[in-house]
Amino acid sequence: MTEREAVAHLLRRATFGPTADEVDDAERVGVRATLDRLLAPTGPDRTPGLPDLGPDPYAGLTRSSTREQRQQANQRRRAQVRALTWWWLDRMVTSTDQAGEKLLFFWHGHWATSERKVRSATLMLRHLETLRRYGRGPLPPLVDAMVRDPALILWLDGQRNTRKAPNENLARELMELFTLGHGNGYTEDDVREGARALTGWTVDRRTGAVRFEPRRHDAGPKTILGQRADFDAASYAGLLAGRPETARHVAGRLWFRYAGPDVPPPADLAGPDTVTTLRRILTAPAFAQTRDTLVKQPVEWLVGAARQLGVRPSGLPEQERRRLLAGLAALDQVPLRPPSVGGWPAGTAWLTTASLQARLRTADALAGAAARTVLATLTAAPPAGRPDALARLLVVDRWSERTRAALTPLTGEPRKLIAAGLVSPEYAVY
Amino acid sequence: MDTLTRRRFLVASGVVGATALAAGATAHRLDDLFATAGDRDPQARTLVLITLYGGNDGLNTVIPYADPAYHDARPELAYPEDAVRKLDDRVGLNPALAGLHRLHDAGRLAVVRGVGYPQPDRSHFRSMDIWHTAEPERPGTTGWLGRWLDRAGGDPRLAVSFEPALPPLLAGERSAGAAVPVTGRRTVRGLPESTLAGFAATAGEDTPARARAAACFADLRAVDAMVQGVRDDDAAGEEPDGEPEPATATGGAGTPLDAQLDLVARCVEARVATRVFSVSLGGFDTHADEKRLQEVLLGQVDRAVSGFVDRMAGTEAGRQVVVVVYSEFGRRVRANGSDGTDHGTASDVLLLGSGVRGGRYGEPPSLTDLDGGDLRFTTDFRDVYATLLERVLDTDPGAVLGGWRGRLTGPL
Repeated sequence: MTEREAVAHLLRRATFGPTADEVDDAERVGVRATLDRLLAPTGPDRTPGLPDLGPDPYAGLTRSSTREQRQQANQRRRAQVRALTWWWLDRMVTSTDQAGEKLLFFWHGHWATSERKVRSATLMLRHLETLRRYGRGPLPPLVDAMVRDPALILWLDGQRNTRKAPNENLARELMELFTLGHGNGYTEDDVREGARALTGWTVDRRTGAVRFEPRRHDAGPKTILGQRADFDAASYAGLLAGRPETARHVAGRLWFRYAGPDVPPPADLAGPDTVTTLRRILTAPAFAQTRDTLVKQPVEWLVGAARQLGVRPSGLPEQERRRLLAGLAALDQVPLRPPSVGGWPAGTAWLTTASLQARLRTADALAGAAARTVLATLTAAPPAGRPDALARLLVVDRWSERTRAALTPLTGEPRKLIAAGLVSPEYAVY
Repeated sequence: MDTLTRRRFLVASGVVGATALAAGATAHRLDDLFATAGDRDPQARTLVLITLYGGNDGLNTVIPYADPAYHDARPELAYPEDAVRKLDDRVGLNPALAGLHRLHDAGRLAVVRGVGYPQPDRSHFRSMDIWHTAEPERPGTTGWLGRWLDRAGGDPRLAVSFEPALPPLLAGERSAGAAVPVTGRRTVRGLPESTLAGFAATAGEDTPARARAAACFADLRAVDAMVQGVRDDDAAGEEPDGEPEPATATGGAGTPLDAQLDLVARCVEARVATRVFSVSLGGFDTHADEKRLQEVLLGQVDRAVSGFVDRMAGTEAGRQVVVVVYSEFGRRVRANGSDGTDHGTASDVLLLGSGVRGGRYGEPPSLTDLDGGDLRFTTDFRDVYATLLERVLDTDPGAVLGGWRGRLTGPL
């Protein structure tokens, strides 16, 4: 692998998709310095601050609210969720802390929580900001914050979990998906006892605040993972987060997302904090062998293309934005709406005839929105050189003969050429 | 990482399949496949598999209303005798299942009791992997219908799903079924046919994943041509932008079940080559406020499935269709206190169609002799699969199910 290929591989995996200029810069400073820049960005992120969503539309509702009032509140809530989704997509495109934004999207797929049940843009934003705040550091503070995150509690029925009426949903997924991993040493009894530890936390739907109600909490002793104590949410979270299985499980998930399923993760991947783990992943010799094996997730695909084509989502007309969002919906990956608590599928599951159709339509929309400067750069090359200019634009190392042959007849139609590049096998798998 | 979550499975299946798919990409060329389309045996049956994601509460679907243990275990959730749609003097269907009740009385609904597997796993994802792979001890990387597809020649049109992502059950060792979108206009392509054909070619340097990406172009052309003939313009409108159904956290297709089954019906009536259709509905993870939510969901199942079975009865091809409804597990016998139920074990599997001998099959599980609060299964799900493979798909079940010898007696 050349130095340029190495930095391009690193940037493609650690960010949402580098531009050609970013690869040029990275090539100048080298792999090592590029990694340092990615993992410890200097200077403030030049992106807009948090969106002002306004008051929660449900806050004004009472038992006596009319059907019309409820419908209006629902409409406002949907508009807020749309605004938040756009704000986030825009941030993914424009953020100068690309590695941080991509890591946040990883955590979103890991603690997969959906607004479809939470039904509050405010709580989803708070959930994301909590993941952003703790997502780079050690696991215990993250797990501790999440067991008291209102969106996660609502998503997994935590507020229904009381001393008199235990509800296992949150306790089970906490162990199975978020911390230990399936089959890693916990039993059905641990699930039941864990549920008891989590009792008492409720969410005030009017204010969005979480509240601990001692009389709903089961204060008695519980035996979890062989330890007997008066576990509560904090000590239960601490117990889980401190287990070596948890560090290994999360490190494995990170490897799976950044390096892929083809090459097994090296031993001792788990660092004392997530950024260290990420550094170990991105510097592992095995990481270099994973080129061209990962299927882009739809959000990665769309955000990366927008970055490379100079498309800023917030600058698009409403209709164009809707087209892109409809594309993500058809591809089955809308931010804030994971399909299940298990997160999104991965790998060749995205490579179906259905998703190809959606990619074709969305690529058409993206190419249509490409910035004039980008088109000018592409058409500055003579027609015969345009496939190579396109490869540079989309940060594809090289086209196969198959793809070059498919692209060549389109060199006279730059937007079609771009759309074809976006659906090509070399762009779909990186 | 020995955890085999659904996500991981999806990838794993793709990876294993991809080696073969890389070699097999040319086998999916339009011309080759189309030559076989007319070869369908008019007597050949069609399997329509309906997956209910989230763990449907079997005890409130086929309800043991006469059993005092049922009422004791879930006083707030239990249905009284006068609310159920009775099948006999012991069990009845959920009130939302009016259409299925009518089909039962017409002898076209078979209920297989207490279906499950040994050492049940209460994880949605692992349990669904187990149902998809039919390998309870250690779910592998191929689905049971994917392995059938391997043996049936690997044509992706033989096994079709109406979900954007391919369900693991259709992933084989050497081939994979096709995922066909229910909505979406096929006319908006932007790219010429020749470009799409160009991308479908193999390239020597392709990794397995890239070969799969290229194979999609070939699959798309084959599947498109098949579905084009049966899709009305009204089904091909804009992407859905409305409010989805209330969500629970465990997956399922994004499009309504009736829309998926409508497309299945049109395909069957057009006598396409497809032998297996996979459709799904999510939302059954009812940890809280179960009764109303489950009734809404079962109402959707009832309308979609009974409408489909009625429609199928009207044509010769339709009368060869067997519908199967299942979920990854049932719920605990005892309610959890938030008017819901937590993850349980065995549940009933429903078989429907003109060729089905209606009635009840197998032993109803005891509500008092429990395993840690959960039902003990009485029918191994591989008996159901083996029967479907043998009677519907005309395949030796042993080859697909690792030598499994059990069968159901009677319903097919």
